[in-house]
Amino acid sequence: MMDKVIMAGFGGQGVMFLGKVLAYAGMNTDLELCWIPSYGPEMRGGTANCSVILADGEIYSHVIDQADAAIVLNKPAYDKFSSRVKPGGVLIVNASLAKIEKERDDITIVKIPATEIANEMGNPAIANMVCLGALLPSMNLIDYSTIEKAMDKLTSKRPQLLESNLTAIKKGMDFVASN
Amino acid sequence: MEEKVLLKGNEIIGEAAIRSGCKLFFGYPITPSTEVIEYLSANLPGQGGTVLQAEDEIGAINMCYGAACTGSRVMTASSSPGVSLKQEGLSYSAAVELPMVIVNVNRCGPGLGGLGPAQSDYFQSVKGGGHGDYHLIVLAPSKAQELYDYTMQAFDLADQYRNPVMVLTDGYLGQTMEPVVLKERPPAQEWDRSWIVDGAEGREKRILASYSLTNEIGEANNLYWEAKYKEIQKKEQQWEEFHTEDADYLIVSYGTTGRISKSTVLNARKKGIKLGLIRPITLWPFPVNAFKPFLGKIKGIVTVELNTGQMIEDVKLAVNCGVPVELYRRQGGMLPTETEILEYIEEMIMKTDAKEVQA
Repeated sequence: MMDKVIMAGFGGQGVMFLGKVLAYAGMNTDLELCWIPSYGPEMRGGTANCSVILADGEIYSHVIDQADAAIVLNKPAYDKFSSRVKPGGVLIVNASLAKIEKERDDITIVKIPATEIANEMGNPAIANMVCLGALLPSMNLIDYSTIEKAMDKLTSKRPQLLESNLTAIKKGMDFVASN
Repeated sequence: MEEKVLLKGNEIIGEAAIRSGCKLFFGYPITPSTEVIEYLSANLPGQGGTVLQAEDEIGAINMCYGAACTGSRVMTASSSPGVSLKQEGLSYSAAVELPMVIVNVNRCGPGLGGLGPAQSDYFQSVKGGGHGDYHLIVLAPSKAQELYDYTMQAFDLADQYRNPVMVLTDGYLGQTMEPVVLKERPPAQEWDRSWIVDGAEGREKRILASYSLTNEIGEANNLYWEAKYKEIQKKEQQWEEFHTEDADYLIVSYGTTGRISKSTVLNARKKGIKLGLIRPITLWPFPVNAFKPFLGKIKGIVTVELNTGQMIEDVKLAVNCGVPVELYRRQGGMLPTETEILEYIEEMIMKTDAKEVQA
């Protein structure tokens, strides 16, 4: 079984961190995994993306052609990556920053006002975690409890961030459950 | 239980070097290899070692030369344009037979090129690179665990054969994080160290130099090196086979594309195509022995490469042009997907079958 996820947004929206949360969740559950950043000449405020592959067996190709799921945190990310979700897959769209006109009907699209939810929590920087929460119910290999452990490790140097990140993830999960 | 860590490929190379007893690293940062010097700067000094950022790549390789002369385990890492600058030093190091490990995190080129993954330095790595007749031993990992394992093996091979050893990887492998088991490697054999220069008090002085004063001495040196390279070719060929047992067609591919090709093989088998993979692990010595069992049995070979077709020449020599060998390649930092490789192979098979029908 596999989960191939693409994440994208502006630099500063926590795209790489989002991927690391998934990666460490996989690490804690003894899964095989790859965390692949986009690298190259980038500039502040430019686009950022990364991919994570989680698997319960060996990962051969680590190049994602069609992903099982994608999280897009803004409109440019939606434009670039919505076509990379495989038919039947899931696309989490930060609806606060990406207004969608023509949408695909062969995938599940979750439009979540993640930045607004994050603002209500007093921290716009955790819109990424709200989106992660919205993705979790669609993941095959990890769930909230594995994410919780991963977050514990990732915030060990700044424990004050643990609670708000976990709350943001739960808000994303609640949004999906009630919509 | 052995420790398992999650690190970037480049960082894993650094960790492997530390655990191999490498005490000295000389380098100059260049994307996409920089995490190697970064990781070692943070971690090697605490292990009693030294990391020095040289004034440039030429300085770094010559510092490696000096350190290796004293019998220290030493490494440098760079990326394509930086490795070009090191070629003169590598030629000298090969001539003086200095054990050292050179990491090339291949980026695309020529010239300054780009930062994307490539295998465009294959020729430079396996055919000499610098002036004169010499070879580096070249190892090609395809995932993080192998970056760890082969870097460790590189240090052992360098000592065993008194020869520079290259670990040839690319930016995609270098930047990707994967779990790695930090396996303990059994202590390396104690090789003869009666050649190192560490102070001549109470013994005859030793000279490590590569200049031949007469042509006769020059030829004798070349014959000596040639014998050593032949021994390495005989003993050190390494490769991995993947679903080759009943194969009609073979992919030959190393590193990142070797790994992608495994998915191609599995997808082909689902469609009933008997496809297998030979993944060279040593690029020099090239694993010619891998091909012998398949001669007369297979219908065709495709090399999958990130260049204009470099390894394909060695594959053709290995099969003595007795099998059709085709090339599928991407360049300039682009990677193929498993699907596009399979589409190419299906097309090739159709052509081969059509020829058989005509015959």
